[in-house]
Amino acid sequence: MNQKRSWFLPACLIAGFAFLYVPILSLVIFSFNASKLVTVWGGFSAKWYAELLGNSQILDAAWLSVRIAAINASLAVVLGTMVALVLTRLGPFRGRALLSGMATAPLVMPEVITGLSMLLLFVSLEQWFGWPQGRGVTTIVIAHATFSLAYVAVIVQSRLTQLDESIEEAALDLGARPAKVFFVITLPIIAPALISGWLLAFTLSLDDLVIASFTSGPGSTTLPMVIFSKVRLGVSPEINALATILIAIVAIAVVVAGYFMKRQESMRQRDIQRAIAANQ
Amino acid sequence: MNEARRNDKYVPPWTDPKAEPYVRIEKVTKKFGDFVAVDDVSLNIYKNELFCLLGGSGCGKSTLLRMLAGFEQPTSGSIYLDGVDMAGIPPYNRPVNMMFQSYALFPHMSVEDNVAFGLKQERLAKNEVSKRVNDMLGLVQLAQFAKRKPHQLSGGQRQRVALARALVKQPKLLLLDEPLGALDKKLREQTQFELVNLQDRTGVTFVVVTHDQEEAMTLASRIGVMNQGRIVQVGTPTEIYEFPTTRFVADFIGSVNMFEGRIVDEDNDFVRIGAEDARCTIFINHGVAAAPNSTLWVAIRPEKVNISREPPPDASENCTTGIVQDIAYMGDVSIFNVKLDGGKVVKVTQPNLFRHAEETITWEDRVYLHWHPASGVVLLQ
Repeated sequence: MNQKRSWFLPACLIAGFAFLYVPILSLVIFSFNASKLVTVWGGFSAKWYAELLGNSQILDAAWLSVRIAAINASLAVVLGTMVALVLTRLGPFRGRALLSGMATAPLVMPEVITGLSMLLLFVSLEQWFGWPQGRGVTTIVIAHATFSLAYVAVIVQSRLTQLDESIEEAALDLGARPAKVFFVITLPIIAPALISGWLLAFTLSLDDLVIASFTSGPGSTTLPMVIFSKVRLGVSPEINALATILIAIVAIAVVVAGYFMKRQESMRQRDIQRAIAANQ
Repeated sequence: MNEARRNDKYVPPWTDPKAEPYVRIEKVTKKFGDFVAVDDVSLNIYKNELFCLLGGSGCGKSTLLRMLAGFEQPTSGSIYLDGVDMAGIPPYNRPVNMMFQSYALFPHMSVEDNVAFGLKQERLAKNEVSKRVNDMLGLVQLAQFAKRKPHQLSGGQRQRVALARALVKQPKLLLLDEPLGALDKKLREQTQFELVNLQDRTGVTFVVVTHDQEEAMTLASRIGVMNQGRIVQVGTPTEIYEFPTTRFVADFIGSVNMFEGRIVDEDNDFVRIGAEDARCTIFINHGVAAAPNSTLWVAIRPEKVNISREPPPDASENCTTGIVQDIAYMGDVSIFNVKLDGGKVVKVTQPNLFRHAEETITWEDRVYLHWHPASGVVLLQ
């Protein structure tokens, strides 16, 4: 038993690391490849990064994607929080199960279906009301918000369920009206959930290809769409460079967020220890 | 208030027919679907009282409290506070504040911001707010913790913040939901007295909900015992303990030995009850308004029963015998479980008056139990 474990677990570890990081690592390494051929190592060079900075098509698409992701995330947080509030605070009402089911449906719905249904909706809306005129940034944002609000709703709902309802009642009892209670008490307490919901919605929108393809129009090509169309014609080292930059940004964000969360938690623990000690 | 209590001429408002009740609960019923949480409750609470609603879980005491706070509306009946009908007045417009069982402190605000929250809603001037907050924090001895967040406080400190936050608005009525429930035993005893003290000093009328009878006894001016949505008895702690009116109250408050019996002899100033399970005749030195031959119960508190190895001088009445089955030594008192010859187990407590008792009663001893004619309480229901 002991001998078996001595090679089995390390093998699992190595396999895990390999599956997770070898693709990323090879991408990073090849982004510094001097050769134009992706599969042939031609020495170290950073020229693809320089070239990337000169490629206005990619930069424009990246900027557009970031804008769409940001607007989408903000919209999704507002709508998702509203859904979560209704589901946790309104009590039993007619259609509760329906709303709860529909709110989480986009989590399991194939993206192709979501994208197609969105496209059909926009086309018929345009025919009946003349809005939205054609497809572009607006339609992408609406489509993205529709599915990312589901993620926000799930996150915020779980936070609201944990939140002691008597805290809100206490604020009411002390003379604050319901709307004020929400903005002054509930919102600050659930803020961490809103932030993680926002970040999740932002990422979901940033890397979405399928839904964006269905709902975009001329002049609204997002970054994943540019990358996809470029890769179809052959992987260019420029894309490797772009991907490396994206990975770096994400990695830094994760590390920084992790550091701050850990520091906050250890400060909280220390405060609790101190309070207990002071009480004795 | 304290002065008034010491004064011999002090008349408690609930015994004064002319006194105007401060809180008037009239035939209040609350239903949740088919479930009746509060069932036709009428209750008067007077100014400056510390009134305890006592009952087990699910007896409706918390629902009644929440109706006073305005979180629930009565299905029928009305609640008047200081003469004003509270129907339809939302919690944020009531001159009533509540201290929650979980304390419900705002986790993202410091202690002083928590306490100031209620005053800020009244749009008071800034210096007025900070003055009252400081005074209140001083009163609950938390001045040096003003800048701390709730999670940086111990349980007892949090409890005092919650109390300060509710009291600082100077409500007409303060509601406390299990105020000492989350504290450990030592702290609870200390806080009980602080709470009574604070009530005295502020003169605010308190309504406390608790399931802990000891807490209710030490805190309350009067106790309302609740069971299954109804108030079963209202009275001072002494009345509730010594003069329970039903078997439920006698059994719920403290421990009690209950004997079932029938009247065998009676007059205006005494009654003799034949109690099969006590295996003796119980003599009570006052008359009872009961139909002859009806079943009734006699409740005798464990501390009012004497235990001895020798038979008492007059063993014809109020005296029975049995074998000691169990002894629990508690330090200040000892508890004896005595099995009567008929099989019923009677609980007896005796204070341990001497450090070295010459002849202590021990397991398997045959003992005699006897009690004073005034010790038994006759219960008809």
